[in-house]
Amino acid sequence: MIYQLNADVRNFGKTISKLSDVDIYTCYQCGKCTAGCPIVMEMSHTPNQIMRLIQLGLKEEVLNSLTPWLCAACETCTTRCPKGVDIAKIMDTLRILARKEGYQSKEPNVVKFNDIFLNCIKDKGRLQETHLAMVYNLKTKQFFKDADIGRKLFMKGKISLSSDKIKGTDAMKSIFERSRAFLGKGE
Amino acid sequence: MVYGYYPGCSSHGTAKEYDISTKKVCERLGLKLEEVRDWNCCGASPAHATSEELALALPFRNLVLAEKQGLDSIMSTCSACYNRLKVAHETLKKAPEILNRMSEIVGEPYNKTLKVIHFLDLISKEFGVEKIKESVVKPLTGLKAVSYYGCLLTRPPKLVSIDPDGENPTIMEEIIEALGAESPYWSHKTECCGASFALDRTDIVLRLSNEILKAARFADADCIIVACPLCFANLDMRQSQIASKYGINYSLPVLFISELMGVAIGMGNKELGIDKHIVSAKNLLKEKDLI
Ligand code: SF4
Ligand code: SF4
Repeated sequence: MIYQLNADVRNFGKTISKLSDVDIYTCYQCGKCTAGCPIVMEMSHTPNQIMRLIQLGLKEEVLNSLTPWLCAACETCTTRCPKGVDIAKIMDTLRILARKEGYQSKEPNVVKFNDIFLNCIKDKGRLQETHLAMVYNLKTKQFFKDADIGRKLFMKGKISLSSDKIKGTDAMKSIFERSRAFLGKGE
Repeated sequence: MVYGYYPGCSSHGTAKEYDISTKKVCERLGLKLEEVRDWNCCGASPAHATSEELALALPFRNLVLAEKQGLDSIMSTCSACYNRLKVAHETLKKAPEILNRMSEIVGEPYNKTLKVIHFLDLISKEFGVEKIKESVVKPLTGLKAVSYYGCLLTRPPKLVSIDPDGENPTIMEEIIEALGAESPYWSHKTECCGASFALDRTDIVLRLSNEILKAARFADADCIIVACPLCFANLDMRQSQIASKYGINYSLPVLFISELMGVAIGMGNKELGIDKHIVSAKNLLKEKDLI
């Protein structure tokens, strides 16, 4: 693939820096973030490659990358970066921005999981694990996924089918309605 | 002294025994817990992966509720809940414009008076390791228990760490040793178990959890001690799936720190909910003459 750099190169980097409140230009490609990342072997780009691609303004490649969707938010990279770059925050920014701009996630099940999780909280205020697992299996057509574990948990009395609903569900609804993708920016 | 208690969603499901044992142990030690009324989910990873404001607003409501209830602290047993509450609290302390925005979203003010802590803080810093020693009636002599912290109790260190050393915390080891057990250094105490991918990328969870279990066995551990329902779920529940995928049947018991404390201060297996584990800890505790 040939990449052409043009005058807009810095725009994408600047956008990411602004949205995440992290100066992406301080990264000097030492690779320490990648060395400690637990998920790096499943990712399409390593965390330091993502940083470099952002610096080079290669928006399409970054927002189409599998990497942000597989970042487990373990914060190891952020903890260890010698330049103080909050890479985990950048990964959040990329996920949020990619969705906002209509990029299809390379790991659609992660998006489905997040949506089911958040919908449950929006309706009930609390997450019910059984509900989450059942709806997720249904929506991803994996009807018997973890059935072995489900059976064991049931035997141990850890599966409750009654709903754990809070009183302040109206407050939940308005929190979800009012919250924007980025803090007071990018809307 | 009364401590605000934020149980978190897992305490009503896969981590029932964590909730049971925490309450029992605190009661025995004279630590009064008062549950935050009508608490809501902290939003965990799905919230911060989806919306920056939602990721702060969900914990914010809990902070507000606790403050309104007249509590001066909020204690979580889950590392993810602790992390989200702490990040929100620290962010709001530093940035008045974000605090204003959150008050606007949730419709309530927050005076930032709360102390946001984790169960390990409560035991080690509020109660104190010396006092734990005095409370032990059944020393866990001969038990080798490695401490597993995972990610969110210590990272990012500047904002949340419950231990001054985020890369090599020892707060849990100190508690375990005060109980009379041995808690040796091992390689994987702060490695990630992949918690947020429990359902959507189970293969990653199995790979990472297998590494952790392998390291614990290499350290010759009798059991792994955790302080988080998500770490517990991956390490306890998935051992049979790990056995079929990687061909190693660890059968390594995983215990919550509150359960281990309960045993040492003289409580029974059932009373603490230890019989609810998938990998039974009963034989181990019997073998060591602890139940
Ligand atoms: S650790 Fe920091 S400086 Fe090094 S490559 Fe990663 S982001 Fe760049
Ligand atoms: S936060 Fe994401 S990118 Fe950073 S080390 Fe963890 S999984 Fe890798």
